[in-house]
Amino acid sequence: MRKTIRGTAVKLSRRTFIVGSSATGGLALGFRLPSGFDSALAQGANDGAEVNAWVFVKPDDTCVIRVARSEMGQGTITGLVQLVAEELECDWKKVKAEQVTPGQNLARKRVWGEMSTGGSRGIRTSQDYVRRGGAAARMMLLHAAAEEWKVPVSELTVADGVITHAASARSLSYGKVASAAAKLEAPDPKTIKLKDPRDWKIAGKPMKRIDTADKLDGSKIFGTDVKLPGMLCAAIKDCPVFGAPRCPSPSRLSAGRPGVRKVVKVKDTAVAVVADTWWRAKTALEALPIVWDEGPNVSVSSATIAEQLKEGLTATVTNGDRRNGDALKAIGSAAKKVEAVYSTPFLAHATMEPMNATARISPEKAEVWVPTQNAEGSLAALSEASGVTLAKCDVYRTDLGGGFGRRGAVQDYVRQAAVIAKEFPGVPIKLIWSREEDQAHDFFRPISQCRLAAGLDADGNLIGLHVRVCGQSINATLNPAGIINGKDRRQLQGLWEEPDDAQLGYSVPNLLIEYVMRNTHVPVGPWRGVNTNQNAVYVECFMDEVARAAGKDPLEFRRSLMGQHPKHLAVLNAAAEKGDWGKPLPPGVHRGIAQFMGYASYSAAVAEVSVSDRGQLKVHRIVLALDCGHAVNPDQIAAQVEGSVAYGLTATLYGECRVREGRMVDLNFDSYPIMRLAEMPKVETVIVPSHDFWGGVGEPTISVVAPAVLNAIHAATGKPVRQLPLKNVKLV
Amino acid sequence: MAQLNINGSIRDVEVEPDTPLLWVIREQVGLTGTKYGCGIAQCGACSVHINDEVQRSCSIRVGDVKASDRIVTIEGLSATRSHPVQKAWAAIDVPQCGYCQSGQIVAAAALLKRTPKPTDKDIDEAMTNICRCGTYQRIRAAVHMAANDTSRT
Repeated sequence: MRKTIRGTAVKLSRRTFIVGSSATGGLALGFRLPSGFDSALAQGANDGAEVNAWVFVKPDDTCVIRVARSEMGQGTITGLVQLVAEELECDWKKVKAEQVTPGQNLARKRVWGEMSTGGSRGIRTSQDYVRRGGAAARMMLLHAAAEEWKVPVSELTVADGVITHAASARSLSYGKVASAAAKLEAPDPKTIKLKDPRDWKIAGKPMKRIDTADKLDGSKIFGTDVKLPGMLCAAIKDCPVFGAPRCPSPSRLSAGRPGVRKVVKVKDTAVAVVADTWWRAKTALEALPIVWDEGPNVSVSSATIAEQLKEGLTATVTNGDRRNGDALKAIGSAAKKVEAVYSTPFLAHATMEPMNATARISPEKAEVWVPTQNAEGSLAALSEASGVTLAKCDVYRTDLGGGFGRRGAVQDYVRQAAVIAKEFPGVPIKLIWSREEDQAHDFFRPISQCRLAAGLDADGNLIGLHVRVCGQSINATLNPAGIINGKDRRQLQGLWEEPDDAQLGYSVPNLLIEYVMRNTHVPVGPWRGVNTNQNAVYVECFMDEVARAAGKDPLEFRRSLMGQHPKHLAVLNAAAEKGDWGKPLPPGVHRGIAQFMGYASYSAAVAEVSVSDRGQLKVHRIVLALDCGHAVNPDQIAAQVEGSVAYGLTATLYGECRVREGRMVDLNFDSYPIMRLAEMPKVETVIVPSHDFWGGVGEPTISVVAPAVLNAIHAATGKPVRQLPLKNVKLV
Repeated sequence: MAQLNINGSIRDVEVEPDTPLLWVIREQVGLTGTKYGCGIAQCGACSVHINDEVQRSCSIRVGDVKASDRIVTIEGLSATRSHPVQKAWAAIDVPQCGYCQSGQIVAAAALLKRTPKPTDKDIDEAMTNICRCGTYQRIRAAVHMAANDTSRT
């Protein structure tokens, strides 16, 4: 039997989606799913119908929209649901979200696509197929109604989940036709015409987040809150010196304390204690007389690392560059020459919720409950560490108490939980890191130094620029395949020549940008904004130094180099205008400006600061402009901008992880301070959507915060600041 | 053995007296809205009310809590998310990840009890909990909104 959806021949099929027992793992165990989320995947087809992979409709017209990406506060669930709902034409008030598991995704041939949530990709790389999913479901629901009424589908209209046939004055809600629609074959996604974003009614609007309610009364279940029958808790301590050879055998360690069940050696260097409660596990672990064989890295310190990087600033061999003209010659023969060396330290992510995972392993099944940015990565780590085949593994995601890049590429906590849980077959083991363990064993933002030189002609025009970044490579730690022929492009993020992702916004007639790789024993990884943060500090602060040397206004000097970069320029201009650049300021208040590109989005900021006679800094106001192409939820974009200012300012003011005797020194918030409310400037977000591309939001805007503030300090004091954090710098 | 008055209920707990109140609330009493963030009274994720004063429960030994002390956790703030602070937090969409927000809300409720119409300076001084997502601007706005709501009722 063949039917037609909008002229496309389709055939009816008996397709009833029945969920296997694996999907119910969470619910059956009493694991409370967060509100705002539903459990259609776990309920089977009786309580509604799966129209397609993205849309499940209940008899009461509730539309449960599936989300593959992870929520860590960035609002991606709300944004993705807005995009599906827009095409679905459902009632926004009856929308719920549901997260799929990687086991389900694997079993259904990755119907939900990529689950990894990093690189500000959550919306921009899934917007097309999720919108098609919503549109296909709408077409099937309409077709089912046309069948019911025996009228052409072209005579139907739909709004807020109600299908109407005006000629016969009949209407049906989605819940009434969902079962029939579910039996239709889906239209070819490629033939679906998506709405023009100018016609959006749900997407593009500042909808309230759909996942807020249970964050207000403590009922939201984070990874650390997971409770399962018979569960035990584990605390862990890895050798504080990275790269140590081994740790003592657990047989020589005992922990005869209340509630303690076992001391477990995890891999070669870590020891875990399993007890009935986490507090008992942690105190027993601290009482263990562990003597580590710390290995040769104990001789490494922040000072030796600084020397190592400094050597790279003048080394002959480089690990990637871009060039046009002859920068060294142009600078050498310039009328005026400007030089500077900048540096930025290692930084920890310091998510509010420390790393954790709850694993239950038996020979037949391996499960983990975990806050993860990369659920499929968690699944792979679980399978590998447990020895249970992928098909018998699943990962149940909780919300993340912060991610910022720490919970993505590296799944160390899942591996650890699995190794410990293997010692207790069938018993759930909840592993929680202490804050100190979290700070000691992060994958840190890489440390680097940067040497810059510029040449000006007699009229103050920039004729040559040389940027040499020397520091640690993320790819060397996490993705060696990303280093091709010794070249590691990733470390020059934001300085690239190629458009569309992280392009330098300036044209300089003679340009040389180089990366020199100098790796230490400290593991590094992506940290919200990744290499755009350090590279923006280097280039944008130096740009102010050069503008001053040229006797020019920092904004005008930048504009003169941006003729070939209209999108960069438009955002810079928007920040300058809304930030009142050039207008009078109260006595003692000074402005700084910066622009940068990352994650396919353009950012610029104007900061207003004052510096007291005693060198006390106050950041009063930051106006931050962003062009992310399409703006799916303007209020959540503003929230991300506000948050990025706090994240970027914390790094600027305080962020520094020092190394002494091969280990991290700053193990809690007393010596690794985080900015508090009293220091939060007034943030004004200016969205400049150009509606012709899809850019990221979570990360790109951090990069301009530090340089805008540092340039304002330069304006206030007349002195450039070339090293971070500011807590180590005397401003006057 | 300790006896605790939590959210109006009397609970007997069997635990070492040097156990932090935070972990007794989470692991023995079973209320997980109160969070662990640092364990050294720096971040405030573990904030609770004890006799109407905001306290950081990670750094209070359960043995030092008296049976007569009235402890209120985020779960006990209201039955239906109807506390003015909770309503303001929802209206302004304050939370991002949400992990620190129990502590933020508890701290804000204590501030408003003590200072019904706080100035920005009052808020600066009272709201010292860490939020890594950086929701501070909205927290400030929501405290002001809740203050106005309180004055109406």
